[in-house]
Amino acid sequence: MSEETEEETENLTKMMFVMRKAPHGSIYIQEGLEVILIMAAYEYDICVLFMDDGVFAVKKEQQTAELGMKDFSKTFRALGGMDIEKLYVHKDSMEARGLTQDDFIVETEVLTSEEIAKMIEEQDVLLPF
Amino acid sequence: MVLHTVNKSPFQFRTLDSCLKIALPKSPILLYEDGVFAAMAGTQIEEKMKEVLKSNPVSAIQADLQARGITKVVDGVQVIDYSGFVDLVEKNKVQAWF
Repeated sequence: MSEETEEETENLTKMMFVMRKAPHGSIYIQEGLEVILIMAAYEYDICVLFMDDGVFAVKKEQQTAELGMKDFSKTFRALGGMDIEKLYVHKDSMEARGLTQDDFIVETEVLTSEEIAKMIEEQDVLLPF
Repeated sequence: MVLHTVNKSPFQFRTLDSCLKIALPKSPILLYEDGVFAAMAGTQIEEKMKEVLKSNPVSAIQADLQARGITKVVDGVQVIDYSGFVDLVEKNKVQAWF
């Protein structure tokens, strides 16, 4: 069954969202998240990479109420239910900010620069936010 | 191949460094808007760019260089116009480091 699923995704357009901004100082991450939700409705092989300040987008314990802004970080948890399970974090970016995988509100896979370089090369579409 | 584009000044932003971490050897790097300051000869970035040029082709948009008074670029940087930009985009996937 899983083999069949793998074969099926092989033919799909590979799309990577590259999230590199902090979440509340600009609209990039929120917009990116909206686009991910839209693209989830289509047959794409989607993954999301958090790099540079983008790693802050999935940090636990964001409390935006006092800012009067939406805490969309929780929406990232909904992606799993839409078959978007490939969430990657850039190792150097995470470590530079004193974070570990335990600090994230979603299950992530940590990748080195070399692994990301290879993965980016394999994509059909790159969508930076 | 993936074309990596950088449009921010390397003296104020770290997008060029992010790009260089991920760009594979031989992947083309295009500098435009304030990104062209990385192509300027005689800056603190020049040595870094010379290292980059050993592994990656680097190009910069002429109109952006001209607009900023940059008359001398680091040896090896290819100065291109917008149709050159289009050629690169046609031939490659694009990762924009903005």
